[in-house]
Amino acid sequence: MKRLKNFLFLLAAAPVVAFASGASVHLDKAPVNLADQDSLQRGARMFVNYCLNCHSAGSMRYSRLQDLGLTEDQIKENLLFAGEKPGETMTVGMTKADGKAWFGATPPDLSVIARSRGADWLYTYLRSFYRDDTRATGWNNTVFDKVGMPHVMWNLQGEMVPLYKKEGEHEVIERLELAKPGSVTLAEYDAMVGDLVNYLVWMGEPAQVQRKQLGVIVLIFLAVFFVVAYYLKKEFWKDIH
Amino acid sequence: MSALQKVMGWVDDRFPLTATYKAHLSEYYAPKNFNFWYFFGSLALLVLVLQIVTGIFLTMNYKPDAELAFASVEYIMRDVDWGWLIRYMHSTGASMFFVVVYLHMFRGLMYGSYRKPRELIWIFGVLIYLALMAEAFLGYLLPWGQMSYWGAQVIVNLFAAVPFIGEDLSIWIRGDYVISDATLNRFFAFHVIALPLVLIALVVVHLVALHEVGSNNPDGVEIKKHKDANGIPLDGIPFHPYYTVKDIVGVIVFLMVFSAIVFFAPEMGGYFLEANNFVPADSLKTPAHIAPLWYFTPFYAILRAVPPMFGSQFPGVVAMGLSIVVLFFLPWLDRSKVKSIRYRGPIYKIMLALFLVSFIGLGYLGLLPSTPVATIFAQVFSVIYFLFFLLMPWYTSIDKTKPEPERVTG
Repeated sequence: MKRLKNFLFLLAAAPVVAFASGASVHLDKAPVNLADQDSLQRGARMFVNYCLNCHSAGSMRYSRLQDLGLTEDQIKENLLFAGEKPGETMTVGMTKADGKAWFGATPPDLSVIARSRGADWLYTYLRSFYRDDTRATGWNNTVFDKVGMPHVMWNLQGEMVPLYKKEGEHEVIERLELAKPGSVTLAEYDAMVGDLVNYLVWMGEPAQVQRKQLGVIVLIFLAVFFVVAYYLKKEFWKDIH
Repeated sequence: MSALQKVMGWVDDRFPLTATYKAHLSEYYAPKNFNFWYFFGSLALLVLVLQIVTGIFLTMNYKPDAELAFASVEYIMRDVDWGWLIRYMHSTGASMFFVVVYLHMFRGLMYGSYRKPRELIWIFGVLIYLALMAEAFLGYLLPWGQMSYWGAQVIVNLFAAVPFIGEDLSIWIRGDYVISDATLNRFFAFHVIALPLVLIALVVVHLVALHEVGSNNPDGVEIKKHKDANGIPLDGIPFHPYYTVKDIVGVIVFLMVFSAIVFFAPEMGGYFLEANNFVPADSLKTPAHIAPLWYFTPFYAILRAVPPMFGSQFPGVVAMGLSIVVLFFLPWLDRSKVKSIRYRGPIYKIMLALFLVSFIGLGYLGLLPSTPVATIFAQVFSVIYFLFFLLMPWYTSIDKTKPEPERVTG
């Protein structure tokens, strides 16, 4: 009965929760190009260095990175830091409970994040952190208001601050401005996030490149088969009037 | 006598193999004037086989467990040899099943295939459609994503709207107060065993009934009225080889469309696989917008079009149920002298066009969040949907029909 009551309460609260995360924002187009192996390799390195400390990718095996043109030795030397084996999946040491305690919400698994969020959302989100001292982490985000995640790549991008404009009675953020430069320029940072998002899209479905290649062959086969079947039908039906 | 003939003779003495082959293929006489619309019956059978075969392979690696289900689907997508292909064939097959079945049913409406003496074929067909909806709904829970979870929550809650017993009924269906591991397990059992058995049995009786009375055709005239000296319909041709070779062409065109989706757009822009379903089910986070998959949206729109009465959603649920139940009565609602749309009068043609627009309109509205304007449109379309059936005895009897030809017209 208690569970039922909890559930009914949640149902009642649902519209409020939905409203809180429902606002739509302009998204920049992500430069996704799965044929660009260099970009995917750079993205994989970014992912392992910056994301894989808190986020897992529990469905992704390190060894699958061989599809990106890396050898097993390269994967071992450059991407495995904590004694993992290449056949293992990308897990993290942080427990779900720790994540919840530290960030207010467990950092989601990123295996298929590009399929649920979309490349453009990720590309925009990762470039939209700004300084906000009212937040526990010191960071906020124009795409995901009051996000639990801090700006992990702040040392690259630098610190952005918001510029406000008046819209009716409210002050809204017009755009972000660089207040303290990071180790790379904003253009370089955009390119790095582009590589990372490219990798996330690939990781969402590592078979997708093979899938499209196979699709071309299948359709060519069916086209040939169609011609044969069509004339076979015509031959059989020539006496039917 | 060749060795093969000897073997066949041995079998035929014990089992009606040759007789069955003749009755259903080589000496089943189908009208020679089937057109484009007659591909979809055999295609529905093809998709059923595809779903069963891919389903068997999926079951080998899928885990019906709330803790493991989501990850096991990704395991299939990544680590199982050709797993991604099997999964996409199954997910695309689910939607394509409805595409094919909707076209097949619309063919029936156009050419009066439900009319006497084919009432039972139609009723078995509607039962197949019902079983298919149940099968699709149950299967959609299995990936255990957010849409799986909340979609199931919404549909099972419909049963909670039943007066007096609703609350207990929905708990009985779920096996829990919320959609949970218990629900997943029973849905899995129904999806992989119970409903497929029902579907196959219904398809068999659908075909047996069809082959008993013979196929209708675009002219809606009975080919059995004119037979030659051997008792073979003059306008009939043996199903095999004529329609087998013809259906192969249809199968290949269908497979080209099917493959284009599987290999190049398996998500179909979110209509076949929803983005939110790549987020694992979370009972504490309700998605902002829950829409059922596209093939249920016409009925979902009817549900939402009916305003709650006495604080209960039940009237909407009843309307949704009736929108499907009314299909069973179609053979007796139609009073027209002719079967095919080719010889019907303008009233039926207008009504069928309005019905088509309403059904597609409802399907579109069911995808959108509810707004006051959308609700008014949904109400208008819902009324047209029901009037198409309820007024049918009247408008089909006053409609000016053209005379039917004696024989089929090429």
